[in-house]
Amino acid sequence: MDNESLIICKDLEIGYNSSILKDKINFSVEQGDYLIIVGENGAGKSTLMKTILRLISPISGELIFGEGLSASEVGYLPQQTLVQKDFPASVWEVVLSGCQSLAGLRPFYTKEEKALAMKNLKRMGMDDLAKHSYRNLSGGQQQRVLLARALCATKKLLLLDEPVAGLDPAAMNELYERINKLNKEGVAIIMISHDVRIATQYARHILHIGDTLFWGTVEEYKASESGRAFADMEGGETGE
Amino acid sequence: MSDMFSALKIYFGYANVRYALVVGVLVALCSSLLGVTLVLKRFSFIGDGLSHVAFGALSIASVLNVSNSMFVVMPITIVCAILLLRSGQNAKVNGDAAIAMMSVSALAFGYLIMNIFATSTNLSGDVCSTLFGSISILTLTQGEVWLCIIMSVLIVAIFVILYNKIFAVTFDESFSKAVGTNVNAYNLLIAVIIAIIIVLGMNLVGSLLISALIIFPALSAMKLFRSFRSVTLFSAIFSVVCAVLGILISILAGTPVGSTIVAADGIAYVICILLGAILGRTD
Ligand SMILES: Nc1ncnc2c1ncn2[C@@H]1O[C@H](COP(=O)(O)OP(=O)(O)OP(=O)(O)O)[C@@H](O)[C@H]1O
Ligand SMILES: [Mg+2]
Repeated sequence: MDNESLIICKDLEIGYNSSILKDKINFSVEQGDYLIIVGENGAGKSTLMKTILRLISPISGELIFGEGLSASEVGYLPQQTLVQKDFPASVWEVVLSGCQSLAGLRPFYTKEEKALAMKNLKRMGMDDLAKHSYRNLSGGQQQRVLLARALCATKKLLLLDEPVAGLDPAAMNELYERINKLNKEGVAIIMISHDVRIATQYARHILHIGDTLFWGTVEEYKASESGRAFADMEGGETGE
Repeated sequence: MSDMFSALKIYFGYANVRYALVVGVLVALCSSLLGVTLVLKRFSFIGDGLSHVAFGALSIASVLNVSNSMFVVMPITIVCAILLLRSGQNAKVNGDAAIAMMSVSALAFGYLIMNIFATSTNLSGDVCSTLFGSISILTLTQGEVWLCIIMSVLIVAIFVILYNKIFAVTFDESFSKAVGTNVNAYNLLIAVIIAIIIVLGMNLVGSLLISALIIFPALSAMKLFRSFRSVTLFSAIFSVVCAVLGILISILAGTPVGSTIVAADGIAYVICILLGAILGRTD
């Protein structure tokens, strides 16, 4: 089992400027896994994701990347930043920038990298809009472009920080379906979400960050104390 | 019309005029390339702050009476560029205020130093030309022109080689970081290049006006174009055309070269806004 793990966290302490936000975080992510991270606003979900991505360093504890997964093989879909809103960029330029780690120090993208970008754009159903301006797309379309970009950077692991925030229910479902399909194709997913319904519908494991930490399968979560409490708070959506 | 051309022909017989045109085109080209990144990263204030710092550094250099002021001005401006970039990234509440303070003090101390240790009899003329560029046509030595050519070729080459990375880092820094791109190194390089451009451009348009050369082309291009590549290409063309026009007009009309170039940029910017509105690209 262990040599199949992509990521193992042992007694991880996370936070900013050495002030601890959350400690004793223990979980692991297997190949092809689907992990949802839930928790209230400000619980530290994004902080954990940034720590996994090594955008910020852990205060203490171990964060082990499994064999065959280097830091540059991770795809990431960040929460949107302000700068992007009026950025002049075509869809194609954005997706191609997902190949930047493949290109390394080489100044230009190769044919293979361009083909990869096109393939992922097709996978997200956005290839028709390749020449369009990124900033004129709808929110849902933008997320799909960013997902295609993330896919250029990885075959194994995607980290998604609230990918459906701000989308209408139809666009939301469509994005979830696409993510689910990627998972079926073998890409492990770690996703932050406020949507317990999705957590129970698609995910295999749940990490709940709150006063107490919970990590386990969806079934275990439903039966657990924090699972029931969280579901009640979010409107009892876990109940079938 | 033919009068104008024959007048220009006579003027271009002078090495000074040719040098000015070469330097003007090169500085305009270089400053427009990184302008897009600066504007998009919300770094335009850094360009402004740096030009004031360069003014302060230049006054120190003139007091020290060093043979080539570049050797003093360049390092000081580069160091400040790195410092300003750092403080901009941390985005602390008073980051903006700190930059404003730094640039205003550089201006004040620069003027003060020049005033106290003045060696020339025409102090206000000196100050005016460092702030707004030469009063009439530039007087550049051959050495300065070569320095400018070498630096410009270097900057354009670096920009072309790193173009894809500059786009990636400008568009989404955290994604770039997450996939292992050395974002800090690229940011540092961008800061250093900006410092070099500002110092180069100071001779041409003066330290107060150089940030116009950086910002106007980028903003104009963003009114008309939607992909990063077309915005970059258009701002380069925009900037060079305005610089050439500005220099020619300043020769013919006898106006100060720096402010004429910036005025040309300003007018062209307004034209771009109107064009953008007509073409329906107001988003
Ligand atoms: N750059 C930072 N420096 C210091 N503290 C920060 C920084 N970013 C976030 N924090 C703090 O860390 C805590 C957790 O933030 P985080 O973004 O991880 O929450 P979250 O669980 O993602 O919340 P949300 O559901 O709102 O996205 C918050 O209290 C926040 O104020
Ligand atoms: Mg968050």
